[in-house]
Amino acid sequence: MAFAYFPHTEDDVRLMLDRIGVGSLEDLYSDVPQDVIYREEYDLPDALSEHEVRQYFEELAEQNTSLFCLCGLGAYDHYAPAVIPHIISRSEFLTAYTPYQPEVSQGTLRYIFEYQSMITELTGMDCTNASMYDGATAAAEAMMMAMASTKKKTRVLLSEGLLPQVVNVVRTYAKFNGIELGFIPCVDGATSYGAMLTEVAVGDVAGVLVPGINKYGIIEDFTGFADAVHAQKGLFMVYSDPSSLAVIKNPGEWGADIVCGDSQSLGVPLCYGGPYVGFLACKKDYVRKLPGRIVGATKDVDGKRAYVLTLQAREQHIRREKATSNICSNQSLMALYVTVYMSLMGPSGLRKVNELSYGGAHYLHDRLLETGLFEKAFDKPFLKEFTLRALVPAQQIQEALQMIGVFGAVEVEEGLVNFCVTEKVSKDNIDAVVGYLNEMKS
Amino acid sequence: MKYYDKLIFDLSKAGRQGYSLPARSWDATLADIPAGLRRAQAPALPEVSELDVVRHYTNLSQMNFGVDSGFYPLGSCTMKYNPKINEEIAAMPAFAGIHPLQPSETVQGVLRVYKELAHALSAITGMAEFTLNPFAGAHGELTGLMIIRQYHISRGDLKRTRIIVPDSAHGTNPASAAVCGLEIVQVKSKENGLVDVEDLKPLLDDTIAGIMMTNPNTLGLFEKDIKEIASLIHECGGLLYYDGANMNPLIGMVRPGDMGFDVLHLNLHKSFSTPHGGGGPGAGPVGVAAHLVPFLPVPKVVEDEEGYLTIAGQDGESCGQISGFMGNFGVLLRAYTYILMLGKQNVKMVGPLAVLGANYIKESLKDCYKLPIESVCKHEFVFDGLLDQSTGVTTLDIAKRLLDYGFHAPTIYFPLLFHQAIMIEPTETESKETLDGFIEIMRHIAAEAISDPESLKTAPHTTPVRRLDETTAARQPVLRYAEM
Amino acid sequence: MAKTVEGLFYSESHEWVKVEGDVAVIGITDFAQHAMGDLSYVDMPEVDDELEAGEEFGAVESVKAASDLFCPVSGTVVEINEALEDAPELLNEDAFANWIMKVKMNDPSELESLMDAAAYEAMCANE
Repeated sequence: MAFAYFPHTEDDVRLMLDRIGVGSLEDLYSDVPQDVIYREEYDLPDALSEHEVRQYFEELAEQNTSLFCLCGLGAYDHYAPAVIPHIISRSEFLTAYTPYQPEVSQGTLRYIFEYQSMITELTGMDCTNASMYDGATAAAEAMMMAMASTKKKTRVLLSEGLLPQVVNVVRTYAKFNGIELGFIPCVDGATSYGAMLTEVAVGDVAGVLVPGINKYGIIEDFTGFADAVHAQKGLFMVYSDPSSLAVIKNPGEWGADIVCGDSQSLGVPLCYGGPYVGFLACKKDYVRKLPGRIVGATKDVDGKRAYVLTLQAREQHIRREKATSNICSNQSLMALYVTVYMSLMGPSGLRKVNELSYGGAHYLHDRLLETGLFEKAFDKPFLKEFTLRALVPAQQIQEALQMIGVFGAVEVEEGLVNFCVTEKVSKDNIDAVVGYLNEMKS
Repeated sequence: MKYYDKLIFDLSKAGRQGYSLPARSWDATLADIPAGLRRAQAPALPEVSELDVVRHYTNLSQMNFGVDSGFYPLGSCTMKYNPKINEEIAAMPAFAGIHPLQPSETVQGVLRVYKELAHALSAITGMAEFTLNPFAGAHGELTGLMIIRQYHISRGDLKRTRIIVPDSAHGTNPASAAVCGLEIVQVKSKENGLVDVEDLKPLLDDTIAGIMMTNPNTLGLFEKDIKEIASLIHECGGLLYYDGANMNPLIGMVRPGDMGFDVLHLNLHKSFSTPHGGGGPGAGPVGVAAHLVPFLPVPKVVEDEEGYLTIAGQDGESCGQISGFMGNFGVLLRAYTYILMLGKQNVKMVGPLAVLGANYIKESLKDCYKLPIESVCKHEFVFDGLLDQSTGVTTLDIAKRLLDYGFHAPTIYFPLLFHQAIMIEPTETESKETLDGFIEIMRHIAAEAISDPESLKTAPHTTPVRRLDETTAARQPVLRYAEM
Repeated sequence: MAKTVEGLFYSESHEWVKVEGDVAVIGITDFAQHAMGDLSYVDMPEVDDELEAGEEFGAVESVKAASDLFCPVSGTVVEINEALEDAPELLNEDAFANWIMKVKMNDPSELESLMDAAAYEAMCANE
């Protein structure tokens, strides 16, 4: 029976069974109908040693191809400083539960408070929760929050410029929750102000969700949006890439009521899509409808500054079916990635990351146009990712890039391809990629 | 643990930096962005050195209790040991560096992990197929309920919009059902803590979408009548949902699929050893019986005859997409590592050893603490406070006093069926010596309640901070540094 | 022991009603505030909201509990007690002196289905 994760000796088991007053481990299941006890061998591999497990995963890893990343679309290859994994792997953070006992959880509570402070700074909101599963589910929660915060409304409007995975997830939640969705088309690569006005004027709109930077990489201009939505007593909501908010006009400045998105761009590994960390922030008026954990500052009986989970009467363990959401956790450890990342970067580092990404993206953009394989799709400002119209089949370009170990030219829509550049990409990298495409063309 | 009072913002000094970035410069600069689209003022983030950051978070970590620090008998949370090899596998660059949109031919290893883990979970639970996309237990619940609704919708059976939830259920069950657009019908528990089948029968009609059950239930008791309940629900056209929060005692002994469940979720961060991370990330895979496979969420991993794996998107039958990409892959890697270590041999011992520990503690303390239901328990059990409650010492006091003695507190005031609930779950990874130490302290606290009740009512005394003013925190919320 | 006030109407869900002409002044009882403990928030309706008798109109919250409020009579909200927004503890201090909202009644005969102080006290004694 000996196994590294089971500390029991045969004597231990005997003594424990004696104390309980039963004869065998199986007797502990005497209350279970005997015909549901599983007596066959499990269809699992034989137990492996640690070394064998390592070898096995190395074999699996060889079936993956690591590619140099020039793709964005909701997952960004920014550099994560070496400090992050070291802090994250401290087992006092890693192996802790949700901080229900604040006296022995001040570490977790403190970094969540810092995280909340940083997210509100970036978004221009008053409050945020302690994080969500990912950006797409945070957007779905934002939709439900808008419904809960407004009265007798039935619809939420989504910009067609939102990332497809965000729209798909919101659509699923809306379908089962009984919320009607309306869509605002993009014109020239940006959410149409006119179409938004028309849709909002139809009435019954609890909220409008638009992307700060849309699926084409374009930085959207929301002049007039908030006023138009507020005039119909709806909420204006923005889906943001928080890294970009260090330099572009933030949702608070645009008059937003709720901001959501994914903080993967702030120090979280790509890791095939998860774990990432969604965020959901809002103006103070809506904090009672904000789902999930929230940490607040207070004092202990000795007057020491301390932190605690607060406003819990919103949550499912108290409100049950009347809670705004069924969320009962946060992505705490991922929020720690983000907090440590922002601490290291500070305002100047985050600006520099954007500066380098912006410069590189524009260089790649211009050089790609010179190859003659692409033409401009839109003429609007972009930050680190952009969309071009491919003049040869997009699949062909993507496959060609893959031959030299590069991942890019992912099709956003028929004929339109995405590229993304972060601070990790050098001029030499870009020149090599463009040089190769030129060769391929000839 | 030592108290440390700083926030990272307190360490900030203009001009300091904790990063190093390439010195390269490009022709295009942020100033080229139209002024109306630029942020007016830089965000007030801390400006600190790298060592400031390392020392600050190291100091914070020292005010935290984790499984690696000591025994964590938190009922319903399955705080088992989180093996270190899990972390190393999850950090392998060949997995951690993969973009989620990379084409299938470049991620066969990733998809193989996904497929093999799904297969292993099917073997352990007796379900036909799994989606690994849900991010957490509550998210799994919601996904499972969406599958149930989609099943009824696909049959044109649109009036099935009510779901039965036992009164002993965790609050997440009704909350998930409400998010899924279902109306909650509560079924009562009997004196012995089990679902009252007689109370259930009159609730069954053609508007019932299904029932959500936790088995063993939140009292740690196995629902003996499960097969009768299953046939009653199935006869009325409903489906059975299994909340896998309490799966640990069944691992190696009982498969929910064999009990008649149609849909279930598992908490990989409970039963399958992935770390809780202070509240997440977890993973909540959902398994279904064969007739529900078409309704699983997208994207799905599909295997062809040659064993080549691809990803399938929206297909018309699926309940839809519930996650941005394919779930918390890093968490899935950890859980699969654990399962490979266990293998078919050790998996059989997980449940029995967890149940052994719980019954051992229960039998060792029931002469000091009130055991409301005398029965063999599964992985956890509930005391209703001290046997002698004349001292005024409450469950909260006991929980706080345990912190002074280096243990984490059990789950308290849940389930709601008892006023002074103390829910204890030891898991299979704790030794007899650890349990004996805990038993000794629990007995000591029971004695202190009589000899020195004041030391309990004011506990904890030795932790970095003591009891907090939670009322002021809720009345005048201070939720960010700028408000301090 | 929780107190009651003579001359008010009481609901089974622990609201009290004081009649001022065709306006019902509505609050929660002393029994209710005792049961909740230190209140941290009062969720109130908006002026002009139309409420049915028995309809939920808000909630009171303490740190670890929440309780919905139900309107004992049908009518239109004409005023809410804004002082409670910043000081929910007023309900703990004196639940009868601090009302939550005023409702212009549609049908004063609905008051007949409510309890008087003695009947309410008897009900609480059984809880």
